[in-house]
Amino acid sequence: MNAPAHLGVLRLAAPLGVAVLLLAAWQAAVMLWEVPFYIVPAPTRILATLWDDRALLAASLGVTASVALAALALAVVAGVLTAFVFAQSRIIEASLLPYAILLQVTPIVAIAPLIIIWVKDTRTALVLCAAVVAIFPIISSTSLGLRSVDPGLADLFRMSRASRLQVLLRLRIPSALPYFFAGLRVASGLALIGAVVAEFVAGTGGQGAGLAYQILMAGIELNIPRLFAALVVITSAGVALYAAVGLLARLALGGWHDSEVTEVR
Amino acid sequence: MDAARPVVAVSGAGKTYDNGTRALAAVTLDVARGEFVVLLGPSGCGKTTLLRMTAGLLPPTDGAVRWWGAPAPPDDDDHRLAMVFQSPTLMPWARVQANVRLPLDLARVERRTADARAAEALAGVGLAQDQERYPRELSGGMQMRVSIARALAVRPALLLMDEPFAALDEFTRHRLDDDLLALWQRQALTVLFVTHGIQEAVYLATRVIVMAAQPGRVIADVPIDLPHPRAPAVRGTPAFAAHCAHLSSLVAAASAGPA
Ligand SMILES: Nc1ncnc2c1ncn2[C@@H]1O[C@H](COP(=O)(O)OP(=O)(O)OP(=O)(O)O)[C@@H](O)[C@H]1O
Ligand SMILES: [Mg+2]
Repeated sequence: MNAPAHLGVLRLAAPLGVAVLLLAAWQAAVMLWEVPFYIVPAPTRILATLWDDRALLAASLGVTASVALAALALAVVAGVLTAFVFAQSRIIEASLLPYAILLQVTPIVAIAPLIIIWVKDTRTALVLCAAVVAIFPIISSTSLGLRSVDPGLADLFRMSRASRLQVLLRLRIPSALPYFFAGLRVASGLALIGAVVAEFVAGTGGQGAGLAYQILMAGIELNIPRLFAALVVITSAGVALYAAVGLLARLALGGWHDSEVTEVR
Repeated sequence: MDAARPVVAVSGAGKTYDNGTRALAAVTLDVARGEFVVLLGPSGCGKTTLLRMTAGLLPPTDGAVRWWGAPAPPDDDDHRLAMVFQSPTLMPWARVQANVRLPLDLARVERRTADARAAEALAGVGLAQDQERYPRELSGGMQMRVSIARALAVRPALLLMDEPFAALDEFTRHRLDDDLLALWQRQALTVLFVTHGIQEAVYLATRVIVMAAQPGRVIADVPIDLPHPRAPAVRGTPAFAAHCAHLSSLVAAASAGPA
């Protein structure tokens, strides 16, 4: 077996093995000490709940995922535009970056109620909240990327009398792509977290019954297996989103960037 | 008329960087058409600074640089400058062929002409088979040859090279030196070449400019009268050894103490 294939199998098999072990231990512990399901349900029970409540959970997942995806799209568009503005001049960046950082360090739970009050449409409010959470890594990594141009290549473009547009399209944007995708990976997770947190803040009053709403209700009703099932669905959605972004990065950079070249050197 | 004018004329040009470093004291240097001029000197003596000035990338803080008598390199196909850097400096996202074609694309040369010239330049450095590969799939020496092909594709009237082979092993360096000399003769190039290797300087040059540091300056201008074409065997001749000894005594004298 050659090294890369071996590594690929390991990358999948090792974490799966850990999962199987942990789940088995969990199942055994619950059965051994006869833990009641309304405190900690056994994995088998969670699985059964996932199946029984599949319609409800799928609908909720649709609501939450659509908010997260819309927020991610908004964060990408706004974040990339902001990064381009930052890249225009050091002065613009120096004067605006502190506010981007301010946005980043302000806990979303603190500003979500305001956004929800100000914006009439709940869904739009949720998307805005999640986008606020997700935007910073896009801004910071893309603007770093736009500036991380090989100085030799920059000289080459100058000697060839390249226009500003040529420099942007043929040098700065390709140089920034790997950085952008690194930011996108972080942002995709944050968008989902942002969507869930915003739903929590919107509370049971919101019309859209997302996954956070299901968790909230399950908690109130002490329906612990459903709470766990919803949690499993959120986590799986996060992993799927992360994998999708990884796939996208591979498609875009696969041929040339070290971070996406699979073979080990 | 171009033949009479120096390709590049550096007159009393000096450079003080923004942080106050006096990288180059007033240097005067003419490069005539068809010459192979080598800048030789220890690290930090301002070779790169001087080369970037002759490339039009760095304005001198005093004195002037002129190209064919003009204060800026003329923007036409007969007066192109090309630079080969110390590292290959290729675009990792572009295939070899696209890398070589880049300066032509930027100059909006028609696609078919550009493709043909890129192919010709790649063939010239022995990489005709590797057009569709990515830079990361090539060895260091091959990457360096791609960057030379990129410089040659614009058919430069002045080729500037900043220690292009310094990072390579001796075998590869010797082979690339020979390739470069062959190209220089075949295409009647004008070359300004930076190195800190005394043997390499003597092997390549028609004229060696010896530089010293603190501040960077020119201390000698030595014509190398070894006949062309040069073959590796010339390295064993007494004349070659005499040139090397002479240059190394000049370098040693300059770094021994303040001139
Ligand atoms: N951008 C810069 N700002 C300030 N000082 C610089 C800059 N570039 C070079 N210098 C200084 O100018 C001097 C000459 O540098 P230069 O790079 O021209 O040397 P060099 O002869 O090419 O050296 P090497 O053989 O190591 O490449 C050095 O003392 C260096 O520290
Ligand atoms: Mg240098």
